[in-house]
Amino acid sequence: MKEQQPPLEEPPVVENPDGLRTEEYFVNMGPQHPSTHGVLQLVLTINGETIVNIEPHIGYIHRSIEKMCERDTYRQIVHLTDRMDYLSCHMNNEAVCLAVEKALEVEVPERAKVVRTILSELTRLASHQLWWGVMGMDLGAITTFLYGFRDREMINDIFEETCGARLTMNYIAPGGLMYDIHPNFQRRTKAFVEHFKKKLPEYDRLLSDNIIFRKRTEGIGILSKEDAIAFGVTGPTARASGFSCDVRKKQPYSAYDRVDFEEILLEAGDSFARYKARILEMWESLKIIEQLIDNIPEGEHQVKTRQVIKLPKGEFYQRVETARGEFGVYIISDGKKSPYRLKFRSPGFSNLFVLNHLAKGAKIADLVAIMSTLDLVMPDIDR
Amino acid sequence: MIESIEYWLHTHFSPAWAGFLGWVLVGAVYLGIFAILGLVLVYVERKVAAFFQLRLGPMRVGPWGTTQTIADAIKLLLKEPVTPDKADRFLYNLAPFFVVTATLMALALTPFGKHLQAFDIDIGLFFLLAVSSVGVVGILLAGWASDNKYSLIGAMRSGAQIVSYELSVGLSLVTMLLLTESLQLSEIIESQQAGWWIFRGHVPAFVAFVLFVIAGTAETNRGPFDLPEAESELTAGFHTEYSGLKFAFFFLAEFVNMFMIAVVASTVFLGGWMPFHLGDWAAFNAVMDFIPGPLWFLGKVVFIMFLMMWFKWTFPRLRIDQLLTLEWKYLLPLNLANLVLMAFVVLMKWHL
Amino acid sequence: MIEKIKQRFPDIEHLPARSEEHPEGSEFHQFVVPADQLRDLALFLRDEPDLAFDYLFCLTGVDWPTEGYLEAVYHLESTRQGRQVVLRARTANREESAHLPTVSDIWPAANPHEREVYDLLGIIFDGHPDLRRLLLTDDWVGHPLRKDYEDPVNMIEL
Repeated sequence: MKEQQPPLEEPPVVENPDGLRTEEYFVNMGPQHPSTHGVLQLVLTINGETIVNIEPHIGYIHRSIEKMCERDTYRQIVHLTDRMDYLSCHMNNEAVCLAVEKALEVEVPERAKVVRTILSELTRLASHQLWWGVMGMDLGAITTFLYGFRDREMINDIFEETCGARLTMNYIAPGGLMYDIHPNFQRRTKAFVEHFKKKLPEYDRLLSDNIIFRKRTEGIGILSKEDAIAFGVTGPTARASGFSCDVRKKQPYSAYDRVDFEEILLEAGDSFARYKARILEMWESLKIIEQLIDNIPEGEHQVKTRQVIKLPKGEFYQRVETARGEFGVYIISDGKKSPYRLKFRSPGFSNLFVLNHLAKGAKIADLVAIMSTLDLVMPDIDR
Repeated sequence: MIESIEYWLHTHFSPAWAGFLGWVLVGAVYLGIFAILGLVLVYVERKVAAFFQLRLGPMRVGPWGTTQTIADAIKLLLKEPVTPDKADRFLYNLAPFFVVTATLMALALTPFGKHLQAFDIDIGLFFLLAVSSVGVVGILLAGWASDNKYSLIGAMRSGAQIVSYELSVGLSLVTMLLLTESLQLSEIIESQQAGWWIFRGHVPAFVAFVLFVIAGTAETNRGPFDLPEAESELTAGFHTEYSGLKFAFFFLAEFVNMFMIAVVASTVFLGGWMPFHLGDWAAFNAVMDFIPGPLWFLGKVVFIMFLMMWFKWTFPRLRIDQLLTLEWKYLLPLNLANLVLMAFVVLMKWHL
Repeated sequence: MIEKIKQRFPDIEHLPARSEEHPEGSEFHQFVVPADQLRDLALFLRDEPDLAFDYLFCLTGVDWPTEGYLEAVYHLESTRQGRQVVLRARTANREESAHLPTVSDIWPAANPHEREVYDLLGIIFDGHPDLRRLLLTDDWVGHPLRKDYEDPVNMIEL
């Protein structure tokens, strides 16, 4: 801990434009802090309330998942992935499964593809609902948190019934799904979609049109399209800057090639645009679920694969769009039952390191707003 | 009852002792009010918050969780009072008492009903304003003495905020003073015999009321102006390092401060313990008179406090520069214009 | 695209994408770049208008103890053309000269990734502005993602 803190030299004296002489000072934000959402440490250099520099320190929950993957079989690896971004667990599972299926050249049954897509979109909705609640809370409107959780609860119930878990779900397996969907799945999902279509405008009424909220987010932390690309920012965060990076459109997987949805692209790139992008994305997710939920094809839910999967020698890369951005799985296989090297390209990792670029010169309160619109999940970043 | 106690004191002690003991008794009663008020308000706040947030709030301890806050208070009393190593011990321990004393002195002025007021001096409002600004000294001390950067930032924010919003609180009250023509709280209420000032004072009185509630909310450091203790930014602001009883002092003082703002608002604008009368409707007025004064008073106070809780649980927090912009660029000029308007209204005798 | 790169850099090795003839390849076209040409190629790929690989979406380090080098794998995408390409750069050996030039000034996204690779594999990226350990503590000994890494306390049995 001690070594990580910057050396305690004489604080630099700053001449401000108005002639006031002030001293810069360091503030450790985190690893225990209410708005870092996990164990992220930010060493802030501050002049008054203005941020001069931000240095993120990560790794507090590094669990060496990539090293563990070199030991595990491919079926086991799937179970590690939902411990990374626990809010996009189905998408993470899917990424590994797709990579393995691509390597084995296995065609997944239609039923599994459609269910995977519905699950992914439900996960995205749940993640965005949680994000929306936390975003309000970061800005001081605690009520939003419980509104977000009210609707997320319904999705969690659906997941619980089908997968048996509420947070770290393991349902998607190489070759399809682990077991068939619960008989209630379609009915409950439809009920949820109906419910949430009524509740989503409530989100707008409570937060989006609030004058204080607008003032706190509009024009704050502007990310240009060029910077978004250069820093490798993805997901709704980048799409709010106009960077078209949706893997669902670029390289469609599962059933995304047959559904009709729009990629949300906004121009402004400020915190409010990032907020708006996620709200609009929730509408798109609802649209996708509505198109698919009545058309789940009958048939097998998985194809038979070997118990111990051995991938052919070679390299396989699979990208999926999680709730936070582009998630990549890069497998280097030497033909054995576990990968030679496996790299997870997590979306939060790149999104986090744009923070210094965004928040320089902003106030402490703006930093909180910017950080919550980046939607960071620390286990995803630390792996 | 008060007279009988006074009579008993005078028959058993010398006049000097009787007077002194009388004050001690009154002090003890107000300390009790302070503690009970704090407990009740915390419970109410939690229930109101739960109401806004689609949940039930405390439900486990006692019927509908009514004794939850008592349990919390006991827990706070039993906690270890931690003092950080590098803190300025004397100032650190002094700070909560500043805050509590200031609040308690303000509380002494509360006109609960006709003649139900411990300390009815002729400069009542002035005294209230003066005393309530002492609290900020305690907050600044707490932030400085804790030797914590978060505390310091919180305290500096609080200092800037309270000093700014004190202006608006004062000016909106000055606006009303043109009507009441007295600083004494009981006289202010008596002057509303014919109707509450908010109804009789035309537009400027209403504007002053709105300005007062906004500025008052800001002065009590409550959301959406709770920047000094913005938990998502500064963990807990100026009271980050406090625990146990010392933390409870800050916590209770915040709630009692909110109560005091509501007291002033209901005294100056809503007629204190005066019942609501409607012109010549004798029967209606008689029914209204039947409700005792203290109930009227508490009802109005609760209404204003509900408004303040409503703000807190609905709005996001402002940023520090936006907060100061709101005060210096909007509220203050508006207040000054309102004051001139009110002076004009009073001059033309337009008020009812 | 391939021709253009080959024309400009004739001595870099091209590994074609997976097909009938090349079943062991990756799904992307790959180029094995000598360390001293990495920056030139990177700048060429980014700045050439009809290549415009402006988006570095993945940077991986791999340890090859049998071949005796460490390797950095750069996954690049052109946001305008929608094409991907993979660069592989190898260090001279695994010990004292495990050096590669940095690309963090070409693609800022590489900055944290290079720190991570340095942390877990020990490739030193020359010219990186702030090459410190990222995930592990500053006083950690060794680089855990190397195949011969041994930690008697927390070892994951392979």
